[in-house]
Amino acid sequence: MKADAIIDCIGLYCPMPIVNTAKKVREMGEGQVLEIIADDEGVKQDMPNWARMTGNEFLGIEEEKGKYHVFVKKKSR
Amino acid sequence: MADKEKMTLIMFSGEMDKVLAAFNIAIGGASSGMDVTMFFTFWGLNVIKKNEGSIKSKGIMRNMLNYMNRGGAKRLPLSKFHMAGAGKAMMQRLMKDINFPQVDELMRIAKELGVKFIACTTTMGMMGITKDAFITEVDSFAGVATYIAVARESKINLFI
Repeated sequence: MKADAIIDCIGLYCPMPIVNTAKKVREMGEGQVLEIIADDEGVKQDMPNWARMTGNEFLGIEEEKGKYHVFVKKKSR
Repeated sequence: MADKEKMTLIMFSGEMDKVLAAFNIAIGGASSGMDVTMFFTFWGLNVIKKNEGSIKSKGIMRNMLNYMNRGGAKRLPLSKFHMAGAGKAMMQRLMKDINFPQVDELMRIAKELGVKFIACTTTMGMMGITKDAFITEVDSFAGVATYIAVARESKINLFI
């Protein structure tokens, strides 16, 4: 999947991936896609739930060698 | 967003582990678009006290209490295995190992995300703590009616 921006959350635990995602998404444009790379398994459930609560679109997770690549699309107003 | 969902937390405890959990939840809520308010009361007031300087109050009992119960985000003990600070130091090292922020850092993040801090004036009066004992990040000083007014509109309300 192609992303407009990437944030590195390797080595970070809850709530930091969520905090960093929220901050980054705020800076991004509507409809843009953010990729979050994390290694805390918690993101597998936290990210879709965060997206649902904030109205952003959860596009999916790609898992690879203990790393999770999460894709979130910023909502359009 | 005009009407954000609300979360309130009653910060009754002044122990590092409980405070970490509370800020974790507050930050999670604020990051998920919620309007978060934290009411600090009783031992919880220790979290928002300044780390520097001494706390002056009237009377021997109040002065003694404030000497023993100094507070400050960096001074909070653990609720378990504190071991005169040795346990706390070890816990802080474990936190560092996983890049988990310390209490003062979590407070900074919470403020950055717009979390409101309210201090309980009744406890302040009882314990003889004045406004200048607190960090400037405290938004207001109020009582139970202010808490109820926000809590009754909150979807999440926790007592920690």
